[in-house]
Amino acid sequence: MAIDFLYPQYEVVRNLDRCITCRACERQCANEAHRYDADFGCMVSDESRCVNCHRCVSLCPTRALKIVKTDHTFKENANWTGKAISEVYRQAGSGGVLLSSMGNPEPLPIYWDKILINASQVTNPPIDPLREPMETRTFLGKKPGRIARDAEGNLINNLSPQLQLNVPILFSAMSYGSISYNAHASLARAAAALGTYYNTGEGGLHQDFYPYGDHTIVQVASGRFGVFQKYLEAGAAIEIKMGQGAKPGIGGHLPGMKVGPDISKTRMIPEGTDAISPAPHHDIYSIEDLRQLVFSLKEATAYKKPVIVKIAAVHNVAAIASGIARSGADIIAIDGFRGGTGAAPTRIRDYVGIPIELALAAVDQRLRDEGIRDQVSVVIGGSVRNAADLLKAIALGADAVYIATAALLALGCHLCRTCQTGRCNWGIATQRPELVKRLNPEIGCTRLVHLVTAWDHELKEMMGGMGINSIEALRGNRLMLRGIGLTQKELDILGIRHAGE
Amino acid sequence: MKRVYVNEKWCLGCHLCEYYCAFANSGKSDMVKALKDHKIAPRIKIEERDTISFAVSCRHCEEPLCVKGCISGALRIWQGAVHINSDQCVGCGTCILCCPYGALSRTEQGAVQKCELCQKNEFGQPLCVQGCPNKAIVYEER
Repeated sequence: MAIDFLYPQYEVVRNLDRCITCRACERQCANEAHRYDADFGCMVSDESRCVNCHRCVSLCPTRALKIVKTDHTFKENANWTGKAISEVYRQAGSGGVLLSSMGNPEPLPIYWDKILINASQVTNPPIDPLREPMETRTFLGKKPGRIARDAEGNLINNLSPQLQLNVPILFSAMSYGSISYNAHASLARAAAALGTYYNTGEGGLHQDFYPYGDHTIVQVASGRFGVFQKYLEAGAAIEIKMGQGAKPGIGGHLPGMKVGPDISKTRMIPEGTDAISPAPHHDIYSIEDLRQLVFSLKEATAYKKPVIVKIAAVHNVAAIASGIARSGADIIAIDGFRGGTGAAPTRIRDYVGIPIELALAAVDQRLRDEGIRDQVSVVIGGSVRNAADLLKAIALGADAVYIATAALLALGCHLCRTCQTGRCNWGIATQRPELVKRLNPEIGCTRLVHLVTAWDHELKEMMGGMGINSIEALRGNRLMLRGIGLTQKELDILGIRHAGE
Repeated sequence: MKRVYVNEKWCLGCHLCEYYCAFANSGKSDMVKALKDHKIAPRIKIEERDTISFAVSCRHCEEPLCVKGCISGALRIWQGAVHINSDQCVGCGTCILCCPYGALSRTEQGAVQKCELCQKNEFGQPLCVQGCPNKAIVYEER
């Protein structure tokens, strides 16, 4: 047996005084970290199998379990950290690209945390959202540049198709395949209940979810999986995915192992085959090409649905967004470098792309400077973690935000970042039937509705504090923001002043 | 009347309902104290084979065969639920044979035990329902 250079990252700590050997931990761990030892008459664990997903911890009825980080250490080295060394060992063992899941965990700047929010005092009154009307409903889509009237002076309806959002939050793209049927069912039901939208990702739309079409954004990505006339017609909007924040510049790969009968049918590919999305759209090499696809999709749906173009936040995002606005798209979605994924090469996830806060500010400013901000709505994603992030995003210029990691957390995800193994103990990022059933959509939907409703309450409270009573009055209202501990350059890009200024 | 219903589709076979049941009827206030180093005899039991599992407990039938069969009058319907008076039970086992669901079993003392919807213990509401992590067991009016 070859030497394993790696020591397990976590330790399973079991309080044997509390353990009642009910074996729930053993039955619930798809990684088989726990087992009952009949000779010892107690539970034992193999920490090398533990991924720190907390399924056992959450279900243990006597709170006898906890997972701790191992204090096993390499010789201290600020350059060759334990992580850096372990990654070399892993690659020397496997010869492969390092894979990771979910968002960027590296300690890179989080600008949300360096932005502070204003409130009214004395000279302008705050509003109590519990007593006075407070509007968090918003509409996404191209806004008309001017009012048109007919010969009799009546208004001509020149409004492009719009998406109505009762809260400025949408669930971002996660394909059926990367996440489970029950996760999709939870998102679809919650989107319908909240009056917002969820996004199919590029995995097609399962036939069971067509009834939720009015609350579905259907995605067309480089693999074109599951795209056909009925699919396009089913959604409330169509999203062209050019890139994803977690892995800008590369495509996707759903292993054949996960392509069972249902996914095969939904994606329209043979069972057991790998679903590989190319890095580029092979028919898009310019803004003009993009324009062709935008209008092909509009033509196919009789110009009744807004078209979204989603890109990853990369270095020249503002110029790209300007091109997209001119391509005929109704909505631009920008995904920052902390956005999640079911699997991405670690180096790309961690070091490709830029923070969404900077990208958003740059895009909004560029579109305003060019006088085309009203031609598109801007939706951002890539780690909006709470209502404060949401409010800051809107004040920086976003029309609404996409959330996915937060939504998965609501469904039980513990960010163990091992989605790529397909053994999600929470029934989210897996296709194994016995694991998928662990996510009851009735519970999932309720928790999602709770989360978004709670954020909506918080958003209203904060808006009220600022004396603002509608999303429209908050959008792009950067005077409501102040930076803390930021350089002048960062403040200039964010378009905000420093606290105290 | 509210009853305990089981939805096989959401049962994970974690067996936690059995442990919550055993705890609820142990008379102890702490789960560890009640169940540590103790072989449990729960009134709800998981039936499982391969990937299918579901919990089975008393249905509280409207015309319960166990009550009909009981020779000592220990089994009675009280407020719609089937209850047992263990002092009166002679342990003949007729009810166990009569029940088509296998919902009755013997206690260590020899009397018969069954689900009484936690109406007699300190919890008042079925603890198996509260302890089920996936809403596979519900307590509702149907």
